[in-house]
Amino acid sequence: MIDVFLVILQVLVATAITPLLVGVMRQVRARMEGRVGAGLLQPYRDVRKLLAKEPLRADGSSIVLIAAPLVLLVSSLMVIALVPLVTTAYLPSIPNDLFVVVSLLLIGTVALALLGLDAGTAFGGMGSSRHMMIAALVEPTVLMSVYALSIPVGSSTLSRIVLARGADVTRVVTPAGLLAVVALVVVVLAETGRLPVDNPSTHLELTMIHEGMVLESAGRDLAWLELGSWLRLTALLGLVVNLALPWGLADTAQPLALLIAVAALCAKLLVAGGLIAAAEVFMAKVRLFRVPELLAGSFVLAFLAVTASYLAG
Amino acid sequence: MNPLRLLKLIARNGRFAEPAPPAPPEDPALHLPSSLRGSVQVRHVDTGSCNGCEIELGAAFGGVYDVERYGARLVASPRHADVLAVTGVVTHNMVEPLLRTVEATPQPRVVIAIGDCARDCGLFAGAYGVAGSVSDIVDVDITVPGCPPHPAAIVAALRQVTGR
Repeated sequence: MIDVFLVILQVLVATAITPLLVGVMRQVRARMEGRVGAGLLQPYRDVRKLLAKEPLRADGSSIVLIAAPLVLLVSSLMVIALVPLVTTAYLPSIPNDLFVVVSLLLIGTVALALLGLDAGTAFGGMGSSRHMMIAALVEPTVLMSVYALSIPVGSSTLSRIVLARGADVTRVVTPAGLLAVVALVVVVLAETGRLPVDNPSTHLELTMIHEGMVLESAGRDLAWLELGSWLRLTALLGLVVNLALPWGLADTAQPLALLIAVAALCAKLLVAGGLIAAAEVFMAKVRLFRVPELLAGSFVLAFLAVTASYLAG
Repeated sequence: MNPLRLLKLIARNGRFAEPAPPAPPEDPALHLPSSLRGSVQVRHVDTGSCNGCEIELGAAFGGVYDVERYGARLVASPRHADVLAVTGVVTHNMVEPLLRTVEATPQPRVVIAIGDCARDCGLFAGAYGVAGSVSDIVDVDITVPGCPPHPAAIVAALRQVTGR
């Protein structure tokens, strides 16, 4: 029962700070570009505004246009519930296994791709095909790099990996651990549509990946899509920071431990988001045909991490 | 560019944006939807402009005037938009696209006619390719006069909608 409470708390906390994370990333970028920026709370205002708007749907579009945003949102919320962000506790009926998390991410990916195809516009289909190409390159690397971290622990349950790494500092700075975390960072950037793979603030339809698929959604459909993709960013970034810095998570429902866990998550996420946004200022989007090279590079790192963790234990 | 050089440039130049002028007084005659307060997505529609207004619109969204600080953002699809920023006279070929763009924008929406051409055909009034001004084709909520209008005037019009 206490596990269910902890997981619900984790979902609420992560959902509440997700727009703030996006706001921090936009604000850091704006300040470095010499702008003032729209403020840290702008994503909250955007979502509130979108929820108040009429969800206009194109003639001839199907149920997918209504259902896909909800599927993406629910799959992202499930990932948030499973990934150890605030707590290492997990639901007894659903293991927070690496393979479960990756499959849930894929459900959201496929829903987005179908949404891009549904309205039958050229840019939607193009976005979907690129999205699936990137997903096909990203998922094996996510599996490989977390697998490398799971070998010394002897379990593919994410909570156990985080707990074991937190209990023993020497596990965090092994060559295998470092390689796996670097590989994970690259694929998380690709999966969440950040630079250098996709530009989240582009207006140029020909270069769009994520934006291209959601061009036909309006009002609350768009709000769910935005929130769903932001939650994926929180979940994946949270997983990376908690694997890299596995401290501060709560495993009991003591108020003090929970308070520390929530504060630690906020601090880790916002600092990591700020660093990513600052790094993005120095980066340009790579050409689409170079993206497989980048992702193959991160796959090689993950593969080396697996090899290293077998050899060096 | 060398990242170190870029970092030095960022540190040296700091903020490009001009200090924010005081918010324009609210015009009660406009009847702007209150649900758009604080967050406005703008879709730009060029119905036959000479691109003078585009340059000023670009400047309004650029680093110096920085209308994004008041919560306005340019978007790539009318489905995402709350405000349609229409520039130029409406040429015969652009009547249908303009009507369709307005139809594709979810309610509540605001149409802003930017520049003298969009307001009353300006220089091009009576020319053979011109179907009329924007208000002849669709309902216009705000007009920004000028040929081309000053970026600050465009910023002030958008601030009427965002209320910030």
